[in-house]
Amino acid sequence: MNSFNRRDFVKSAGALSIVGASAATGISGCASVGGAAKPKVVIVGGGFGGATAAKYIAMWSEGKIDVTLVERGGAFVSCPLSNLVLGGSKTIGDISVAYGGLDKYGIKRVQGEATGFDADKKVLALADGTRLPYDRLILSPGIDFMLESLPGLASAEARGKVLSAWKAGPETVALRNQLTAMKDGGVFAIHIPKAPFRCPPGPYERACQVAWYFQQAKPKSKVLILDANEDVVSKKGLFMAAWNGKFKGVVEYRNNQEIQDVDAKTNTLKMTFGDDLRADVLNVLPPMRAGNIATQNGLNNSNKRWCQIDWLTYESTAVKNVHILGDALQIAPLMPKSGHMANQHGKVCAAAVVALLTGDVVNTTPMVANTCYSFIDDKNVVHVASVHRYDAAQKTMVTVAGAGGLSPSPNLAEGVYANSWAKNIWADMLT
Amino acid sequence: MHFQSRFRVRALALTLASCLLAASPSAFAQAPVSKHLARNLAAQCANCHGTNGNSVGEVPSLAGARAIDTVKKMKDYRDGKMPGTIMHQLAKGYNDEQIALIADYFSKQAK
Repeated sequence: MNSFNRRDFVKSAGALSIVGASAATGISGCASVGGAAKPKVVIVGGGFGGATAAKYIAMWSEGKIDVTLVERGGAFVSCPLSNLVLGGSKTIGDISVAYGGLDKYGIKRVQGEATGFDADKKVLALADGTRLPYDRLILSPGIDFMLESLPGLASAEARGKVLSAWKAGPETVALRNQLTAMKDGGVFAIHIPKAPFRCPPGPYERACQVAWYFQQAKPKSKVLILDANEDVVSKKGLFMAAWNGKFKGVVEYRNNQEIQDVDAKTNTLKMTFGDDLRADVLNVLPPMRAGNIATQNGLNNSNKRWCQIDWLTYESTAVKNVHILGDALQIAPLMPKSGHMANQHGKVCAAAVVALLTGDVVNTTPMVANTCYSFIDDKNVVHVASVHRYDAAQKTMVTVAGAGGLSPSPNLAEGVYANSWAKNIWADMLT
Repeated sequence: MHFQSRFRVRALALTLASCLLAASPSAFAQAPVSKHLARNLAAQCANCHGTNGNSVGEVPSLAGARAIDTVKKMKDYRDGKMPGTIMHQLAKGYNDEQIALIADYFSKQAK
């Protein structure tokens, strides 16, 4: 039934013709009756999910679909590997990629802030007043923070001091600067919210990277991990081995560390149990939910926090013709909120959207795989991997039994592969 | 304008319905299979092995590799005959048919 939604397009196509795209191609099969304009896909968010979806829809539809990518940033900055900027072995330039590589696919790029959409008229609204009509809208909005739970971080000023640096970019650099400015003998404390949050191993990798930096530059300094969870959420054995081995005496891990609030002026955590805790550099990852455009437009239909989708098409179960990717999703069992996973979501969604808009068959047996590398220092790396398949009875993705696993220990080979992974996944999205 | 487009959708729905009936009477008995299974499965590999198997990093490319070689490697990883850092774990996620589809797809990709 979805294949004729594209007929319902809003007729203001003139302003949106895509530069570099080939002339309108007739769409084969019955569904082409009476149609002249190409179906339009508008994608919001040029991260791992959205940029991948844009590229693969353009590539797989062979010019039959108009693709527009809306992204607020001028360049892509990778969250994976951003902890290495904190450790000092990479710069922000090393983990940034321009969006220009997408131009050769005929993708129209719009730099702007998407604010909402009219689901009936099928038009996306940007903050600057731009209106983009769509047949299918794909949102890859990432996460935003549940700041209502931490009033002390309500102001931009407070959040500029007690950083999260959980969206790679200027905050990554600012947190690195706080670390380099800290006196030797100081304490870096990272507070981890209760799962689920973006990048389960990320906070623990960050602790390793800061510890590695301290060992070289500030050997009297300490890393304090304050985890609201009962235990290390990801790669527990591998991280604990590093903290009890290579970083013994530098890293201290504490579980069940829930906080009531943050006092940014004094770099202090107000703990739910126990005394207030002050750090020289305080890094707080606030609780997370689906990105603003999803939560402000009724797509967060799982605990008002995450978005539920049909795992065959990634179409929202709340709003028709709107698809959602990446960290914003109510994840399937054992599926991490990772960039790698979002890239894979992007491809399954791309295949489905191309099928829906060209009268083709939607794949009913999608699979996705995950690979998460974590850097212990600048060269030694560990991974966790998993393979997931669609289960028709449960209507969700389930892990393939027996597949996946962890590294036995940090190793140099995976350091090479992790850097190679970054090059390839960035290219897979953006060039 | 609004009325017109609604009418158009209805007309199209009828056209489409008759097309479906004419094209494939069995479509309602059995779900049709996507003709892009191989492409979709192989796309999972691109994150590490490059788009369509053309790696830009140290991990090897798969584009243009003989299908027989890719199948053997995947099965050797899967069956524990070849050591790996990660592939011996990922290969266990795929059955013979899926491995054959993936290998065939990459064999047809330009290097």
